[in-house]
Amino acid sequence: MSRTAVADAPVDRAAPPVSTLRQPRLPRWAPLGLAAVAAVLGIGIGLVGGLDSRLQWGLIAAVLYLGLTAVLASTVEGTRQAKDRLATSVIWVCFLLAVVPLASLLWETLVRGAKVLDGYFLTHSMSGVITLEPGGGIYHALIGTLEQVGLATLIAAPLGLLTAVYLVEYGTGRLAKAITFFVDVMTGIPSIVAGLFILSFWIIILDFGYSGFAGAMALAILMMPIVVRSTEEMLKLVPNELREASLALGVPKWKTIIKVVLPTAVGGITTGIMLAVARIAGESAPILLLVFGSAEINNNPFDGAQSSLPYFIYEQWALGNEASYDRAWAAALVLIAFVMILNLVARGIARWKAPKH
Amino acid sequence: MATETPPATAASAKGATRKGDRIFLGLSRGSGITLLAIMAAIAVFLTWRAALAIGADEANFLTSFEWDANADPPRFGIAVLAFGTVVSSVLAMVLAVPVAVGIALFISHYAPRKLAAPLGYVIDLLAAVPSIVYGLWGALFLVPHLTGLYTWMDTYLGWTGLFTYHGGAARSLFTVGILLAIMILPIVTNVSREVFRQSPKMQEEAALALGATRWEVIRMSVLPFGRSGVISASMLGLGRALGETMAVATVLSPSFLIKASLLEPGGGTFAQNIAAGFKEAGSTGRDALIASGLVLFVITLLVNGAARLIIARRKEYSGANA
Repeated sequence: MSRTAVADAPVDRAAPPVSTLRQPRLPRWAPLGLAAVAAVLGIGIGLVGGLDSRLQWGLIAAVLYLGLTAVLASTVEGTRQAKDRLATSVIWVCFLLAVVPLASLLWETLVRGAKVLDGYFLTHSMSGVITLEPGGGIYHALIGTLEQVGLATLIAAPLGLLTAVYLVEYGTGRLAKAITFFVDVMTGIPSIVAGLFILSFWIIILDFGYSGFAGAMALAILMMPIVVRSTEEMLKLVPNELREASLALGVPKWKTIIKVVLPTAVGGITTGIMLAVARIAGESAPILLLVFGSAEINNNPFDGAQSSLPYFIYEQWALGNEASYDRAWAAALVLIAFVMILNLVARGIARWKAPKH
Repeated sequence: MATETPPATAASAKGATRKGDRIFLGLSRGSGITLLAIMAAIAVFLTWRAALAIGADEANFLTSFEWDANADPPRFGIAVLAFGTVVSSVLAMVLAVPVAVGIALFISHYAPRKLAAPLGYVIDLLAAVPSIVYGLWGALFLVPHLTGLYTWMDTYLGWTGLFTYHGGAARSLFTVGILLAIMILPIVTNVSREVFRQSPKMQEEAALALGATRWEVIRMSVLPFGRSGVISASMLGLGRALGETMAVATVLSPSFLIKASLLEPGGGTFAQNIAAGFKEAGSTGRDALIASGLVLFVITLLVNGAARLIIARRKEYSGANA
């Protein structure tokens, strides 16, 4: 249609300069229209070709959409615009492609988990429950998770925070470079390796037993680099002018850091720490090696085997019958809810403490 | 009054400066050094136990296909585990990184503004979903749904030899790769999005003002700026994929064999083998698992180190300093 406008243009004397400056464009509704056409064609081909998977229909429609857009745009608008439109469509398709499994994960957990999740499930342990039958709960696992994660945070958060302060505010020399490098390396440490380290050091060599505290130490190793990196990023975002202004007023450096730099970044730092907590709350590998798992309630993290939510899920999955699958899904739902609430609270704090403009 | 106060505060501030600063510097430097000490301790203790195990090993630790660490004499090797770990993680990277960069660009530059903030939020939340939940979903939902795809791949790609499939539960390395890709997608997206969002607005606006299309803006100003960030994001993703334990342990049906077809059940990864074999392991068995853990540790160390070098080398061109 834009083509015809250009063809008619010589009749109108005012039009030519406009048409040389502005290339013909597809109308605004073109992407939506093309998507509709592609969807109809995809469904049509699917029905005619006898493909029974809806996913295949969707993929065919997506490919058709990409092709149609590219052809139409390159004929009407030229190559550059066509590339732009193609990139836009590819990115939309990427997004939709990724949404499918992630949405399915949340949906499955929600639907299957809601089946046995109730007050009884949250307040009872698995002690004395026959695993083939419904019943029992996750109280012991909840206690374990809270204690282990709490201990790990107590170890990792101060160490991580101070390390980040050192890197951003003091570190210039070789030591700072080494720390930066090894923090990066440490972020990549698999949780099972952290578990193996504590196993060899704490349980095999120092001969302590399995305990929640051993698990907490491994979790702290995993948490530390995350805290350092997120805090570091946040501290770097604090404008230098603030530091300079404070120092110029004669405020000592440590006080500048505590009263100016950290409060400015406190939202981001809290968010970082809570995200780290959320991350380690879901770790099951070190728990498997160090806390060993238990069906009973054990309130003392320093002595004896405990359970934890992620470990409980693994344990129930491994039992492999319907009743324990139900318990696993319900525990997964609780774990996800726990992690999400942590995230939401972290966001709330970030927004509440954000520097006001 | 006003003339007297300044000298007093200046004097007290000076005293506080020295002492407070020294304590604070000591504390923060001490934390940094503690961190280094932990890294060193990890390397030392793992190497020590691993050396004991490898000393007792009757088979070749690097090339042997068997794993009888609890037998007497113990015979074990990591060839199968190394193969499985590398294949599944690389597969996950190849599948996840392009999609993740796409989503990151979608959120930072394409999505309608009202949609972008909640979307970023949702991705943040998804990055926090624990791996064991992915494992549960993978084992009970993804595996049954992949048989269709695998049959299709067997029909059209079977001639390559890599994708032959003879039915049965889809508990193969390829499934592990897909699950790992889904798992690392939110993290890679998250980090990339943060980087893209920080790309210099002036450059983007300048490019737009010169008549560049949105894609040209992204290619010329956003992607070069974000390159080191994307590499760093992929590194995080790869690190998680390499060491992922529970999701692999729930989805894979392990065996100590290397199969040409990625769709056939079998194989194993370092982390999965440790989780699966730990409870039955005796004293030598445990040390053998620690030895395999050490190899995993070294691999992740090399990957992270290499990525770090790439980032350091490209930083000056990427515009990240601007």
